[in-house]
Amino acid sequence: MTASMQSSVGNPAAEKRGMNLTLRIWRQKDPSVKGKMVTYKVTDISPDMSFLEMLDVLNEQLIMQGDDPVAFDHDCREGICGMCGLMINGQAHGPQQTTTCQLHMRSFKDGDSIDIEPWRATAFPVIKDLAVDRRAFDRIIQAGGYISVPTGTAPEAHATPVPKADSDAAFDAATCIGCGACVAACPNASSMLFTAAKVTHLGLLPQGQPERDDRVVNMVAQQDREGFGGCTNIGECSAACPKGISMETISRLNHDLLGALRAGARPKS
Amino acid sequence: MTVTHAGRRTPKVAKTNSVVKKAVMAVSGIVMVLYLIAHMVGNLKVFTGRESFNSYSEWIRTIGAPALPPQTALTIIRIALIVAVVAHFWAAVSLWRQAKRARPQGYVTKKAVAQSYASRTMRWGGVIVLLFIVYHILDLTTGTVNPDGDSSPYDRLVASFSNPFITAFYVISLLLLGMHLRHGIWSATQTLGQSNRRRERTVNAFALVFSVVLTAGFLIVPFSVLFGLVD
Repeated sequence: MTASMQSSVGNPAAEKRGMNLTLRIWRQKDPSVKGKMVTYKVTDISPDMSFLEMLDVLNEQLIMQGDDPVAFDHDCREGICGMCGLMINGQAHGPQQTTTCQLHMRSFKDGDSIDIEPWRATAFPVIKDLAVDRRAFDRIIQAGGYISVPTGTAPEAHATPVPKADSDAAFDAATCIGCGACVAACPNASSMLFTAAKVTHLGLLPQGQPERDDRVVNMVAQQDREGFGGCTNIGECSAACPKGISMETISRLNHDLLGALRAGARPKS
Repeated sequence: MTVTHAGRRTPKVAKTNSVVKKAVMAVSGIVMVLYLIAHMVGNLKVFTGRESFNSYSEWIRTIGAPALPPQTALTIIRIALIVAVVAHFWAAVSLWRQAKRARPQGYVTKKAVAQSYASRTMRWGGVIVLLFIVYHILDLTTGTVNPDGDSSPYDRLVASFSNPFITAFYVISLLLLGMHLRHGIWSATQTLGQSNRRRERTVNAFALVFSVVLTAGFLIVPFSVLFGLVD
């Protein structure tokens, strides 16, 4: 109650009457047919709704009319799982640097027209409408292989010292949720920021050292095999990343890869 | 989940990995940048007069004489540059095609957030610079398309830049080259794994200042001819 009273002070019009929006959404029945943009209208959208809740409203409307609801991926809806991801008005996850589920309708104005498209990449084929198959990312992870740590009881916490700066940088890289916004935003549809985040995250820690060279050559070989583009260091990926993974990770991947190749590491075929 | 993907072609396995191709671009780019520095410094000799400029041109062709045969140093430089240009071009075309295959269907709406004009014009800008280099060699090195073909290097230079259209073409190409270097220096630093969050600002500042100085150093010559400071 208090919240709604506060918002009515700041935005009386929105409180009385929600936003009316025009949505242009990519509809594609299945991978074998051609898709197209279809226009829908939604009315009375609260600025406090998340973007996905707005799509839920649209889907309820479509179901009531007996139409096929729009398919889109989502899971946790709290910005940590990496499942959701839409191209909103030409930006991965829309105008805020966050996940689509954490984007709120207050980022839009009454009367706005919003274009919603799936991630576009050969390696991310459309399954239906806005849902794409991102298993290429899983295969890149798989190609990275294991790290040599003993299983069983947890080791004594002070047994392996990790410098604070390294652990911070490794954790920054480890925040990558694999949503695919980097690929979607990249003019080359390159997965470099994703792979670089994974390579950095393990490469900075002592536990990641034994397989460090093999990991980087195999992961880079796999991302090429999946049909992602090459990196041209333009920076669209980092600007779109909901976790703000930096371009520094890409430099680190390149450094590790060139070093590993010089040391004789070769990708498994 | 068992979704079959009709129409999804298994992508061709990249024969050489994309990061290695980028490293080839970076190293060949550095070779060309080193040459450009020497080239620009040499050009400025035009301000020391016709005799000095022509004798500099003669000196390049006779370095090491009489111990070495004529044009030894020049031939080595030319071979290194041809190898660099071919490698740079091969890697660029290969990565360009890989990027095209990676996104056959584009977005209806796409907004650029971070990219600079320089980074956006790398590919077509690079093609234009390549065509410019071909013209430039035919103009001032061989004299084939020069208005005053058979004369000395100094006179060929003055003859070319007295024509405002030729000068305009040089100016446009050099500005494109400057932008190419602005993004290229930053990109090469990243590709060779020498950048990090701390160095990022410095690398970008250096790339900008270096490109501006180099481009200005080249542009000063045609403008001096055009405005009659060199004739």
